Amino acid sequence: MSSESFTIAVNHVTRVEGHGSIRINVKDGAVDDVKLCIVEAHRFFESFTRGMSPAEIPWIVGRICGICCVGHQLAATKAVEDAQGLVPSAQTILLRELLNLSQFLQSHTLHVYFLAVPDFLGVQSVLPLARSHPDVVRRALRLKKLANDFTAVFGGRTLHPMSNTLLGWRRLPSKDAIADIRARLVAALPDLEATVAIAKSLPMPPYERETEYVSLKHPDRYALYDGEIYSSDLGATVPVRDYLSVTNEYTVAHSTTKWSKWHRDAYATGALARVNNNFAQLRPAAQEVARELGLEPRSINPYANNLAQVVEIVHCAHESLALIDEVLDRDLVVEDLSFTPRAGRGFGATEVPRGILFHDYTFDEDARCVAANAVIPTSQNVANIEADMRAFAPAMVKELSREALTLHMEMLLRAYDPCISCSVHMLDVTFVE
Amino acid sequence: MKPKIAFFDFASCEGCQLAILNVEDALLDLLERVDIVEFREALSEKAPRYDIAFIEGSIHREEDADRLRDIRARSRVLVALGACAAIGNVQARSNATAPAVNLARVYGEEARDRVQTDPDHWPLWAHTRVRPISDVVEVDYYLRGCPVVPAEFVKLVTALIAGSEPRFAREPVCTECKRAGNLCVFARGETCLGQVTWAGCGAICVTQGYRCDGCRGLLPGANLEAHRQILRDAGLDDATIDDRYDLFCSAQRQPQQRRGAGPGGHAR
Repeated sequence: MSSESFTIAVNHVTRVEGHGSIRINVKDGAVDDVKLCIVEAHRFFESFTRGMSPAEIPWIVGRICGICCVGHQLAATKAVEDAQGLVPSAQTILLRELLNLSQFLQSHTLHVYFLAVPDFLGVQSVLPLARSHPDVVRRALRLKKLANDFTAVFGGRTLHPMSNTLLGWRRLPSKDAIADIRARLVAALPDLEATVAIAKSLPMPPYERETEYVSLKHPDRYALYDGEIYSSDLGATVPVRDYLSVTNEYTVAHSTTKWSKWHRDAYATGALARVNNNFAQLRPAAQEVARELGLEPRSINPYANNLAQVVEIVHCAHESLALIDEVLDRDLVVEDLSFTPRAGRGFGATEVPRGILFHDYTFDEDARCVAANAVIPTSQNVANIEADMRAFAPAMVKELSREALTLHMEMLLRAYDPCISCSVHMLDVTFVE
Repeated sequence: MKPKIAFFDFASCEGCQLAILNVEDALLDLLERVDIVEFREALSEKAPRYDIAFIEGSIHREEDADRLRDIRARSRVLVALGACAAIGNVQARSNATAPAVNLARVYGEEARDRVQTDPDHWPLWAHTRVRPISDVVEVDYYLRGCPVVPAEFVKLVTALIAGSEPRFAREPVCTECKRAGNLCVFARGETCLGQVTWAGCGAICVTQGYRCDGCRGLLPGANLEAHRQILRDAGLDDATIDDRYDLFCSAQRQPQQRRGAGPGGHAR
């Protein structure tokens, strides 16, 4: 196909959350242009939250995304607490960390088994696997149900939980239910081993590109709920309140999500960035898995994000067991959640399955929201995904059939686990002839 | 032949499709009885006609309305899946502000002016207003809530497969809340929309320590004036009361032209 001119267009890429398309123009056998178009409709969360009261904000902005509703709630909660001068208790932070871990388990399991594995096994979806690999599908459903029940025990329900709010819990989880989750996590450890075995068997497309990896970093632990912003280029952290100098968002016409860049034209955030940046703080069992999967000291193959997710599934299970033991050892007390609302601006960041999530709110003298900003992992990753596509396309056009090229581009996009409905704010590959 | 079921999403958090994927216990059993032919969040397959089309999300642009009309024309039964499709959900609050102002607040004025006039991409940015799907097409059934209640999804699909009429109680959340044995939110010294909100959620938010904010929509025929008085008696001023109704139900309270049947009920 060396002298051909054509365009590959993949419209409405499937098995991603949200709407996007990929366009690759090939002119006389060479790649002329690569565009990642995000076509999701606007929902204007940053506009319509104006007028809302502090406690309403986390509850409503959780609706930005179904898959990371917990993360949006937590980042918003931290930002609003910062603005209102509220300091949550150690009990509250412990419960939030567990709520966040439950969402990582749920989202990573869903992504690895339902969205990524079908590509590697050469099928269109998880459905044919129900017939060809029933044990795999049953395991996936078992793990997902455990993670969902885990979220529901701590949050009140799986999607858009309501038990948690500013300063603490409206209704505390029961210790019996927590102990049940602990027993089920222990019983699920063999399922995690089987998940690692699948991950080991997945052939990784051999495309690599070095980029800037950005994640939260915490002095004492693998940063998920909390930390400062770390860049592999900078080799140091900056405070969360300076996030605008990190994300540097800009708008392009072909995408309704905003784009980000820091020290280069693009950076990556997410599971691979976290494992690359914070490897030494992973639980020992997860470090061992990362070594088995070839992620030590680090990987620059974006497809390996799926492997990093498996590492994090193992980490989160062990971290959850440790934190649950802390909860079971203490008396959970009903806390006074009342406060006097005030004016002010606050910032919150948390790691969510797809990367760092920033929220930023300003309240007036009546404690009504007057400005809101949320910077989502996918909008931080889009420039990097497009840069990967641009870097890999010439070799792919030479080495692969059009069908295989399209599949590899879709797999690349899906590897980032893009959450497009959040970022508007993903993928059609169009072959234009 | 097994009925062909399809899922489509418009402007939403896609959480309602996720809620369906979360019916782990019933999912494999259900797959034996139906063919899921489109489910973009989980599948890559596509099909030309559908027996049951589930629509998640609200409609914001004319190109989205056109896509929905095309789906309607190819579907025997069309179901609104969740609060965005059924009532416009929280994002309908943005209708109170001009689209140009909303775009400027999110993207800045320079970017707004540049992208809205871009010759190749302006339709992407042609936001009109947030509409529930019944403003655009006829809707046969409604699965309400933010998120939907998975048991209601299973009940609806089971009935439709059996060829029977699914029955959903036409009562307020307040009734279910009493049956759940909850202490009344007003008795806790707080306020609640449970008296005027479509039931079916089992009053889960009150059970889990919160209040009802009305995500399932205002129950047709509910005495809103009496409810407003109850809220006033509890110390809320009228502006705060309007804000509370408008948190999830602003599109139900906005005058609009309806081309479809309107979100009147679960039944046809």
